[in-house]
Amino acid sequence: MPERSAPKRRDWSWRSQAFRGLVYQIVAVLAIGYGIWYLTQNTLANMAARGIQSGFGFLTGAAGFDIGETVIPYDALDPYWMAFLVGILNTLRVAIVGIVLATLLGTALGIGRYAHNAIVRGLCYAYVEFFRNVPVLLQLLMWYLIMTDVLPPLYEAISIGGLFLLSNNGFVFPVPVWGMGQLLSLIGAVVGIFVAVFYRRWAKHQFELTGRVRSLVLVPVAIVIAAALLGWIAGGAPTAWSTPAVDGFQVVGGATATPEFMAVLLGLVLYTSAFIAEIVRAGIASVSHGQVEAAASIGLSKTQAMRLVILPQALRVIIPPMTSQYLNLTKNSSLAVAIGYPDVVSIANTALNQTGRAVECIAIIMAVYLTTSLSTSAFMNWYNRRAAIKER
Amino acid sequence: MSSVFEPIKPRTAPIKTEGLIPWIRTNLFGGWSSTAVTLVLMALAVYLVPRLLDWAVFKAVFAANADACQAARGIGACWGVIVEKFRLIIFGRYPYEDQWRPEIATALLVALLIVSCIRRFWKPWLAVLWIVVVPLFFLLMGGGWFGLEPVSTDQWGGLPLTIMLATFGIVLAYPIAIVVALGRRSNLPAIRSLCIVYIELIRGVPLISVLFMASFLFPLFMPVGKTPDVLLRVLVGITLFSAAYLAEVVRGGLQAIPKGQVEAAQSLGLSYWQTQRKIVLPQALAMVVPGIMNSFIAIFKDTSLVTIVSLYELTGAMSLALNSDAEWRPFKIEGYLFIAFIYFIFCFAMSRYSLWIEHQLGRSRTR
Repeated sequence: MPERSAPKRRDWSWRSQAFRGLVYQIVAVLAIGYGIWYLTQNTLANMAARGIQSGFGFLTGAAGFDIGETVIPYDALDPYWMAFLVGILNTLRVAIVGIVLATLLGTALGIGRYAHNAIVRGLCYAYVEFFRNVPVLLQLLMWYLIMTDVLPPLYEAISIGGLFLLSNNGFVFPVPVWGMGQLLSLIGAVVGIFVAVFYRRWAKHQFELTGRVRSLVLVPVAIVIAAALLGWIAGGAPTAWSTPAVDGFQVVGGATATPEFMAVLLGLVLYTSAFIAEIVRAGIASVSHGQVEAAASIGLSKTQAMRLVILPQALRVIIPPMTSQYLNLTKNSSLAVAIGYPDVVSIANTALNQTGRAVECIAIIMAVYLTTSLSTSAFMNWYNRRAAIKER
Repeated sequence: MSSVFEPIKPRTAPIKTEGLIPWIRTNLFGGWSSTAVTLVLMALAVYLVPRLLDWAVFKAVFAANADACQAARGIGACWGVIVEKFRLIIFGRYPYEDQWRPEIATALLVALLIVSCIRRFWKPWLAVLWIVVVPLFFLLMGGGWFGLEPVSTDQWGGLPLTIMLATFGIVLAYPIAIVVALGRRSNLPAIRSLCIVYIELIRGVPLISVLFMASFLFPLFMPVGKTPDVLLRVLVGITLFSAAYLAEVVRGGLQAIPKGQVEAAQSLGLSYWQTQRKIVLPQALAMVVPGIMNSFIAIFKDTSLVTIVSLYELTGAMSLALNSDAEWRPFKIEGYLFIAFIYFIFCFAMSRYSLWIEHQLGRSRTR
């Protein structure tokens, strides 16, 4: 008896699920394509009607405006792309400093929710509830007002030991005079980090082989510090610091954080750390109590239990929402435009008003943030994969 | 051999573990470090609290008197600025004599929101109520009928605008979010990629760039000669923005539905849309109510950004009220504290509700 051939599955009728799916997709793509085409046509027509020029050619023209604070040398005659670069660097500066500080503060507050002392618990709770329920823009505006209005003028600046000056001109702090010693010290530290990483690998390998525990934190840290010190001594152990001093209406020496930078940083850090505190609290709460008891029963000390048992498990819960908080902080740094900190949005806004190239300027803003967001989440995903449960 | 029964001496009663004093002992003075922290914090409170009270209450000026405020500057707060500028802060540039209209409209909208939050009222007639109240809100605010003076949207402001933007930003985003979330989990590659691109694109950029787009680019997108109203543009921007975030919330709910539910529906012969409508969505959407609430809180706070594209909601109205008046401008910090308090009340209440509803919805599962 001849085998029956398999029925032909290609069914070009509305009854076939595959066919319907294909039709839906074609319709969706056509509709979106038509929408984009329609909007583009309108935009081109509008630009022609209003005499707006387009294209990214303006980026090489002179910007013609000054920027209050810059990381790289910049003046008004430099081209627009330089101005944008200054803005991007300013955004990154406030975002990176903010992320580090918010993580430290937020973690401390999150752990504080589990303190033995009831006052500490209460204060941490009150902090979290207050700072996360008030819009971050309002907090930025308030900090800026405090920085410029409430703080005393420079000639009455609040001085902390003559080293730090706080006034409505900003926060001035001492910095070491950059020289050969500092450079060698930096090189030493970088070399030290490499050595420390290799040491950790070796120590872990030894642990797997022999079971002997070697310090994975203290010794690497000591290696980095020793290497940096060696570099510093090799450079002649310079001890010169540039300390701030008030000279008439300006500060001589030291490094200044402007009121705008301080306000953005404070606002972002205080706001974001409230969210991070909640994330850390939830992460610790997610580790079941049995784990702590089990750690104690096999003879781990309290710090060992925290480091080896609780934190690695809490991190799995903490990392994904922490990533989105880092991204939120970076995106919220765009609010700096409201108080005149020259971040990328503020520069783009100025450029937009000067050149009228709305499409290009907004595209630049979006591209900058998309790149940062996607690369941050790529990095955090990589870190998350390292921390995630290794299931066999 | 006579043995006399001798009872063992009773043990001393254990230290009391309940009540106020034991609580204080364990929670404030449990160990050296805890005691030290308590003492330091108490010393700090003794130093700070009287000064704070002095500034905020005892030496503060409550009357709308600029000279008295000026005299108390640096010593006491000037709450008089709020008395003086109350209506400007709360209602923005809305015409003074017509301010009963935003009052009633906002009261209606808030009442509707509260009713919608109560589980007992999750019935079909609630939808009808929305269909009635929402047009009424716009008719009252906009005017131009029944002898009401027309008020153009650029004059709307203050708290009514904040509440309105947040409410409609979420309500309009909700259906979009459901469609996009379903699309992201669809088997059709083209539709799935379109939804992913939309969600990731919006979530990767700050709200302010979307608002810039709404205020600078939307006019360019329209046919030549037509410029949509600024409020409408901003509302569309906020809706598109919150839809991407809501879509991820809804997707979380969809992912939590066990696959067996869908397979059971398929084996009963339900179509894709029937499965989603009758089986998946009712369970998923009930599960994500707390998440939606959190998005609502986020959007409520984010509406403060529209002041950057010159719509005067609560934050903008406050700045507008005080910047234009040199006499009261020095007391901006009190104004900021006042609106921070308003935001706090709203957001805190909503976050409590979110916790409560989470508990309510979780009851069926924790039994």
